Amino acid sequence: MIKFVNVSKTYPNGTEALRNVNLEIKEGEFVAILGLSGAGKSTLLRTLNQIIPVSSGEILFENVDKETHKIYGDHPSVDDKANKSLVTVDITKMKGRELRVMRAQIGMIFQNFNIIKRMSVLQNVLSGRVAFHPTWRTILGLFPEEDKQIAYKALKKVDILEKTYSRASELSGGQMQRVAIARSLAQEAKILLADEPVASLDPITTFEVMEFIKKINVEENITTIANLHHVDLALKYATRIVGVRNGEIVYDVPVIKKDAKKIIDDLEKVYGRPITQDDFVGDEE
Amino acid sequence: MTEFNQEPIVLIKPKRYKFWFNIFIFVFLIFGSLIFAKFSIIEVITNFFQSTRLLSRMFLPPAWNYADNAIGPLIETIQMAILGSFVGAIVAFPVALLAARTFIDNRFVNGPTRFILNIFRTIPALVLASLFVAIFGIGNFAGVLALSIFSFGLISKMLYESIEAIDLGQVEALNSVGANKLEILRYAIIPQILPQYLSYTLYAFEVNVRAAAVLGYVGAGGIGQIYERALAFRQFDRVGMIIIISFGAVLIIDFVSTSIRKRLVR
Repeated sequence: MIKFVNVSKTYPNGTEALRNVNLEIKEGEFVAILGLSGAGKSTLLRTLNQIIPVSSGEILFENVDKETHKIYGDHPSVDDKANKSLVTVDITKMKGRELRVMRAQIGMIFQNFNIIKRMSVLQNVLSGRVAFHPTWRTILGLFPEEDKQIAYKALKKVDILEKTYSRASELSGGQMQRVAIARSLAQEAKILLADEPVASLDPITTFEVMEFIKKINVEENITTIANLHHVDLALKYATRIVGVRNGEIVYDVPVIKKDAKKIIDDLEKVYGRPITQDDFVGDEE
Repeated sequence: MTEFNQEPIVLIKPKRYKFWFNIFIFVFLIFGSLIFAKFSIIEVITNFFQSTRLLSRMFLPPAWNYADNAIGPLIETIQMAILGSFVGAIVAFPVALLAARTFIDNRFVNGPTRFILNIFRTIPALVLASLFVAIFGIGNFAGVLALSIFSFGLISKMLYESIEAIDLGQVEALNSVGANKLEILRYAIIPQILPQYLSYTLYAFEVNVRAAAVLGYVGAGGIGQIYERALAFRQFDRVGMIIIISFGAVLIIDFVSTSIRKRLVR
């Protein structure tokens, strides 16, 4: 579904954040990206929706509707195949409106939640739909009724519907992150990027939020790519672990329960140091 | 325990040349200004008695019955201040956006805009007022125009600094959902700066009321105009009354505005 082809990123100050990254991600995967701080995990995630433009290389999305840029994934139905012109697009070549519409197909959540604290929960979730309507409507906050239904359903999915009309600043950290997930759901995104989604949450809330991310990954078939700090979270929730070191992908394995010990051993090479207790959130209770 | 019986430690204290040099410059500047301004403490003392005589003519008693005549110009002054801060605030908003790197990251836009802002900020309202009185003639219009430009300078500078200090995470999130510049403004920037924006406008209004009281002196309307007339006719009891009324109005407005602003920025 997603293909990184020889992607490199050098920042204006000379930092080489990504070096010749090649990576293929299939529909429905839950990819955990692990690595030390500064290894390039955040850059990798942000090049995928071109919040950070690449220096060279291509990032391809397969089976994308030429008109709406909706992503149909690895297995489009026979109908969709026949009736829509599904093509492979390169997001690094896009600009302006086309790029914005493409971004709208990709959800993203952040370590600091990045929701609009002075607005209501509903407005926050509806803001995920701005790219689908004319600017004058979104500026006036005139979202159609079906968008509101989409927003309510998204809020219900993350079990926070009762907070719909609350001001976002009144929520706890875990609730804020759930609103952010709902915003991505409201985008009807096929892909979710999660940049350290639980790094500012306490252990109990961490598992709560991870469960919701896993839930939408499985139930909504949303391909998820998450930068994670904790090895045990990756082993528990991800279907695949990708290790990044100095801007290069140095490790890439599917997560299989019985391999857990071996994966932890291998990760010592990715981290360049022994894996310690700090790399685990610990038990749920 | 032998350590304590060893030779004393000798440290060379760094010489603080720079400190004493700064003190010297500071003292020099103060005394230099006193001499330059021909300031004399004797004159202050001798004139003090004259000023008590003047003050007693102004306030013992003030022309209480003149209050009726002063209310009209006072309201006019407040109206000028409201209009000035309103117009200034409206013009300041787009200009502050152009000056802020967080909205438009282009130094060919930010740079010149900030330069213009700094120029407007350096001109005192009184200078603007006398300029506009010369152009548009004596009256309220010149005063309102001066206050508008003055408020514009005040609000735009503070507002653009607020826009630069917003949480960029919210902008990034809106970017990630495919929002365009206007949508980012509406959903990520305005909610973050709106309380400050209103607060700065109220602050400009406070400053304007004080400035507007003086503006009449150069013929730009308001309570300053009757103040100037009373002074010219040496009707000091009326001057006293005008001062009391302006003082009361400024006090009340400052109090109300400050308490509103406290509630806004929270």
